[in-house]
Amino acid sequence: MTPIRLYVLQRASAVVMIPLLLAHLALIFYATHDGLTAGEILSRTQGSVFWALFYGTFVIAAAVHAAIGLRSVSADWLTRNPRTLDLVLYGTFMVLLLLGLRAVWAVVFPGSA
Amino acid sequence: MATIESNARANSQVRSLTPGPRTPVANSGYRRNVLWHAAFIHRMSGVLLAIFLPMHFLVLGLAIEGEAALGGFIAWTELPVVKLAESVLVFLLAVHLLGGLRVLAIENAQVASGHRRLAIIIMALSATAAVLFLLMIWL
Repeated sequence: MTPIRLYVLQRASAVVMIPLLLAHLALIFYATHDGLTAGEILSRTQGSVFWALFYGTFVIAAAVHAAIGLRSVSADWLTRNPRTLDLVLYGTFMVLLLLGLRAVWAVVFPGSA
Repeated sequence: MATIESNARANSQVRSLTPGPRTPVANSGYRRNVLWHAAFIHRMSGVLLAIFLPMHFLVLGLAIEGEAALGGFIAWTELPVVKLAESVLVFLLAVHLLGGLRVLAIENAQVASGHRRLAIIIMALSATAAVLFLLMIWL
């Protein structure tokens, strides 16, 4: 992927995440102020199309942003090898995307295993 | 990020051009620069969040086996050391978010001055959020 495309995707994913992160931070404070429980989390997310879209978008944007960020850090501090950098980029993206979407599925459809 | 680092580099060159011997200490003077620290903290908070995310997703993924599986793990978060770790996460999230907004502002708006003050305000706000969060879950 070209550097300019990585740069644009990094900034675009950041912009997408700004409102999501603000809402997530507010929710962290709200949900934990009187103790966090699985029941409280799942009562909000279970079967909810809104939270599925919210967290699904969040996961995709975070996977893109983190993958490009770790590639940049690796390029500056670890290696300039293009193959290794591609491995960091696509490896991070796939791990975060798959685990993240699985987590979204789990909280929207709990007990579906 | 690139802009912040180039600013920090530019500042470091101004320092290294000042009279005096070119010792390693003089050449690494930029490391005492607030903006260098802001860029470093932004980068490290991003790396730490990227390391934390897979664990966060694995824990939430426990719900796929039902509420009890997730609940069993969440009970563990009552440990003081976990509460401290959660507060650190709030700090990392806040400082990366606000630091990212600063980067976007620098890159997309003509912000000529006040960079150091803004970087310090971001650190202070993030630390305040983390301390408030810790007090809230501790008390």
